[in-house]
Amino acid sequence: MTQVEGEPRVDAVLPEERLRGLFREMLVIRRFEEKVEERFRAGELPGFLHVAIGQEAVACGVCAALEPDDVISSTHRAHAHTIAKGTHINAVMAEMYGKKEGCSGGYGGSMHLYDVARGNMGANAVVGAGLPMMAGAALAFTLKGEPRVAVPFFGDGATNTGAFHESMNLAQLWKLPVVFVLENNGWAESTPASQQLPLAVEDMHHRALAYGMHHLEVDGQDVEAVFAATREARAHAVSGKGPVFMNVRTFRFTGHYVGDPQVYRDKAEARELAETHDPIERLRVRLGVSDEDFERLDAEVQAEVDASVDFAKAGTDPAPEDALRWVYADGTMERS
Amino acid sequence: MAELTYREAVRDALSQAMRGDERVFMMGEDIAEMGGSMGVTTGMLAEFGPQRIRNTPISEIAIVGAGIGAAVQGMLPVVEIMYEDFLTISMEQIVNQAAKHRTMSGGQVKVPLTIRTQGGAGWSPGAQHAQQLEAWFTHVPGLKVVFASTPEDVRGLLWSAIYDPNPVIFFEHRTLYPIKGEVPDTIAPIPLGKARVHREGGDCTVVATGRLVHEALKAAELAEKDGISIEVVDPRTLSPLDADALVASVRKTTRCVTAHEAVVQGGFGAELAAVIQHGAFDYLDAPIERVGAKFAPLAFAPVMEEFIVPHASDVLDAVKKTLARA
Repeated sequence: MTQVEGEPRVDAVLPEERLRGLFREMLVIRRFEEKVEERFRAGELPGFLHVAIGQEAVACGVCAALEPDDVISSTHRAHAHTIAKGTHINAVMAEMYGKKEGCSGGYGGSMHLYDVARGNMGANAVVGAGLPMMAGAALAFTLKGEPRVAVPFFGDGATNTGAFHESMNLAQLWKLPVVFVLENNGWAESTPASQQLPLAVEDMHHRALAYGMHHLEVDGQDVEAVFAATREARAHAVSGKGPVFMNVRTFRFTGHYVGDPQVYRDKAEARELAETHDPIERLRVRLGVSDEDFERLDAEVQAEVDASVDFAKAGTDPAPEDALRWVYADGTMERS
Repeated sequence: MAELTYREAVRDALSQAMRGDERVFMMGEDIAEMGGSMGVTTGMLAEFGPQRIRNTPISEIAIVGAGIGAAVQGMLPVVEIMYEDFLTISMEQIVNQAAKHRTMSGGQVKVPLTIRTQGGAGWSPGAQHAQQLEAWFTHVPGLKVVFASTPEDVRGLLWSAIYDPNPVIFFEHRTLYPIKGEVPDTIAPIPLGKARVHREGGDCTVVATGRLVHEALKAAELAEKDGISIEVVDPRTLSPLDADALVASVRKTTRCVTAHEAVVQGGFGAELAAVIQHGAFDYLDAPIERVGAKFAPLAFAPVMEEFIVPHASDVLDAVKKTLARA
């Protein structure tokens, strides 16, 4: 991680208690995703499913460093971001099952998780599409004089879209408080970075340099590093100095979607990666969590996740005609 | 009553909304010092400053996307897409984002965004600067689509579009900017979804939009000499459509012609015809005729451009065709 030049260090170090909280949160996300994968394979969940197993430290480190009023947009790989931004797993699980109790009321599913009250402005199934909207959210904060930041999560594939470049350019031009979080896992669906980018993954900061934008390099398997970098990026962006680009190097342990046979990838290598670069295991060692303590915690987390499945299954199916309920908003935006 | 041009009427709605409400701001290419490619926003930079009259880079995806993001956060953005042909560049944000977020969020967000744009033939701009693409947007649930044809309407409808809690695509027609018309002294908001009967008549209804409203009115004058009485109705809002008003008119006249500048095939006239025949089938004395552009990209040479797009004479011919049916 490099520090933004001329930037005072902010409270970038997590007290151990909060770090233990993040350890638990990452474990919740891991077990949640393993559970939805299991339920999906059992045929219980409709739609498409993309999990972010291996990338938990990015979501948790970034969201822990944000203020409650800050907003995020997410990708089709959205569970981790949503849970890390504060949505209860029951509401996320109920959304997976298409229930009214879901965080998008059953209208969104895995790829469209929203929780506006917690600053989650929506997970988007179109690669790169969240970025211009986060630039717009940041513009609104600027115009209203509110000290908030907007944080789009996106992958390396998104950096090849026009939406990415237009948003980076606009944000830097107008010095908007955006923290661009690149979850750089080296894969765009099944296409490796080497086939989709003229840059190596470690050279992605060139994309920020092209716009004269501050950038940070972060080890995305280290939740403390992600937290510290995000605190700095946030402080920079909110101070009016302009957006920050975070190149967060991470690993996607699984396929693009649940059921992906991963014919494009060496599975033994992927398994080894999962063993050597697991952000949860890394933090377990760092915190000195004993096997016994871990097992106790894990059992507790598993029970919570199981309970979320029970909650979701006991949820209410929307009436079919509810499909027409939110097409338009009624009334007018009354004069302020 | 005051007299304003269509251009001044647009500017008046924007200026008055911005004066009275800090949430309203504008973004677009060349809208500041230059006043927009059509001079619509001339003088607004001096009054409202660069924070609220924002020149953007040539980035249609970001212009619309940033408008959505700002709208969701409580602003009332009015974004300008310089030529409606360039809406195609921002299509993803309009169709997949602006139109969808309210539903996808289960009603958690509103997108009170107004996208102003203009197009139209008549100046030989060629195939990429003069299309009429309104039909595409009427096909998308979640969007509202407005096409205003007079100074009074453009001012009242734009006001309503700005304060509507939904994304509105607001079409203006380039050749209408200089036309003059009476407008009330204070802005009277015109509700979206209400048609206007421009001229009453008994023999045939012409449902027309944009420039073709004026061509239909010309046709009605010409027809009068032949003893034919044409009723001219402008839906003004294409989505949601005031079907009741259109059906009522056709039940009275028993004949109908739809008229727009866009190409006929897949054009909004087809939707109008379907809606009207469904509501007035037992009253119709002839099949509904459709008037629109020929199925070709607009050509540059004035004689070819003129040949492609419809005029008052085409409207009159279509009316006579419906009358010729026994």
